[in-house]
Amino acid sequence: MQSATPPAEVVIELRKVSTRFGEHVVHTEVDLQVRRAEVFALIGGSGSGKSTLLREMILLQRPNAGSIRVLGVDLQDIADDQALALRRRWGVMFQHGGLFGSLTVKENVGLPLREHTRLDDSLIDEIADWKLAITGLKPEVGAQYPAELSGGMMKRASLARALALDPELLFLDEPTAGLDPASAGGVDELVRKLRDTFGLTIVMITHDLDLLWQVADRVAVLGAGKVQGIGSMSELSQIDHPAISMFFAGPRGRAAQAQAGQQTAPAAGRKS
Amino acid sequence: MDLLLVTPATITQSTPAKLLLAGAWTTRGLDAIGPQIAALGRAPGSAMVVDSARIEALDTAGAWVLQKLLQRLRGEGEGEAGGGVQLLDLRPEFARLLEVVGQAAVLPAVPAARRSTSKLEDLGRSTVAILEQALALLGFVGEVAVALAGCVAHPARCRWRPLLYNLRSAGFDALPIVGLLSFLLGIVIAYQGAGQLRQYGANIFVADLVGLSMFREFAPLITAIIIAGRSGSAYAAQIGTMSVTEEIDALRTLGIAPLDLLVLPKIFALAVALPLLTVFSDVLGVFGGMLMARAQLGVSFGEFIDRFVKAVSVTSYLVGICKAPVFAMIIAVIGCFQGFRTRGGADSVGRQTTRSVVQSTFLVILADALFSVAFSALDL
Repeated sequence: MQSATPPAEVVIELRKVSTRFGEHVVHTEVDLQVRRAEVFALIGGSGSGKSTLLREMILLQRPNAGSIRVLGVDLQDIADDQALALRRRWGVMFQHGGLFGSLTVKENVGLPLREHTRLDDSLIDEIADWKLAITGLKPEVGAQYPAELSGGMMKRASLARALALDPELLFLDEPTAGLDPASAGGVDELVRKLRDTFGLTIVMITHDLDLLWQVADRVAVLGAGKVQGIGSMSELSQIDHPAISMFFAGPRGRAAQAQAGQQTAPAAGRKS
Repeated sequence: MDLLLVTPATITQSTPAKLLLAGAWTTRGLDAIGPQIAALGRAPGSAMVVDSARIEALDTAGAWVLQKLLQRLRGEGEGEAGGGVQLLDLRPEFARLLEVVGQAAVLPAVPAARRSTSKLEDLGRSTVAILEQALALLGFVGEVAVALAGCVAHPARCRWRPLLYNLRSAGFDALPIVGLLSFLLGIVIAYQGAGQLRQYGANIFVADLVGLSMFREFAPLITAIIIAGRSGSAYAAQIGTMSVTEEIDALRTLGIAPLDLLVLPKIFALAVALPLLTVFSDVLGVFGGMLMARAQLGVSFGEFIDRFVKAVSVTSYLVGICKAPVFAMIIAVIGCFQGFRTRGGADSVGRQTTRSVVQSTFLVILADALFSVAFSALDL
């Protein structure tokens, strides 16, 4: 549906990225491209270096070799002010939320706005309330502290904070891990809605087969330090490679595939 | 940085019935929009036109402000003939954004009211909190005693590996700092006493001064305070972090009593290490005093030791040493207790760690005072 314009703008470009931790080799010459306004998923077995790759894209870690360009900026020798400008243009939702325990949820969401803009406090509060509402949280959650939230609420609040500065790029680390099926379905819908309404480019790490089949436009499979395959889920399902086929074999893989096949319009996806 | 420079958002009221919007309506451009919106008035009885052709950029924050502006104008125009509001020339992608915002625009505002409390109420609350904490401490001491009894009854339940580990980290690793500080303390005592003793020509009594004060009071106290800061805080932080990350719960579900694994080895280890460290502190403190006695008072090492043996009885030495296990219990129990009371997240760990150090230091000094009273009653 979005592959109508083939020469889409490239937002993230990885060239020959190699990473080692001491003797342990994580990536060898990984090449990847993420296009604007697509939902891009990174998958792979445990220890395949998905999280490391994500951390390298968001300036939390440096690769040992290779270049990474995000939004047209080379991350290799980035100056501090450039890094700051870049960081305002993306939002990151961490796997365990990364919410600050000493602040209420609303203060957490308003923090980037307070830190990086000079808006009125009352306006920031309103915007924070609204961002919480977008992510499906009730207004009273805003006054609570992260320790009082359930796992699903924590993820939503973290997403609201990632969206605070209207980023162009959104990184999601395991957005549905540990959620009940209804909440996970809600996240599917939310991701799609964000892409459609705000034109966000979304990069996510996930193992959620439903999310992959229903929402992801393109999926890259990492394995043995390399990208083993890249393409839509239906394209990947044709490739016969052990690192890839583990996502399609087995009852869960087949069920998700069958369900995706039944749905003619993906937008009418599961509504719990 | 030019990357961050944007044209500020502006509103101009070109005629009473027409508003011109321009600039970047984004989080970075909206700084000065509040007063401009507040200053807007509405011409009575006419339709309002909002021209948005010159809006360069719109994000959700801008859309939110715009939406509120439109709502306000519509609200003011209600009930008047021709009181409508028209939004002109909004770019289609901006219009879609405005629509998204509009769907959620009516939100019940939740006032984040923090109730102010009176002084009296604060006092009452903190008193209750202190009493509650004292009660909880009593409960914890009871639990530890039961676990201790169980360990003594079934020595197989004792965990040697953590005990030995704690013995090294709280005892052996603390030798340098305890030794250095005791040495300096001995120097200071001898130096302070030197002036007074010289006046009376009682130079040789520096051995009494250094020996008795170090052995009876300073060595046990300084060692306990160093260990409270060094190991008590570590205990609180370790157990606190473990309870935040649910490791304590995991231990319980695996059928391992957290007290057996985490608390008893620490108590045993400190109960052994602290008296030994106190002896070490005795030696280094007296050595420091001895150096100072020679430098300031001309008392040779031989004279000093001769006098020292006569002046300082074995009782004085034992009085100091016997305090150490009590201090060890206080430090280990308070550190672990505060660790177990950690709730929530990182800042709670910090708070409990601080409390563990403050309370164990306080209780160590209090216990020392009680010992002094008791020993003087016993004529020791």
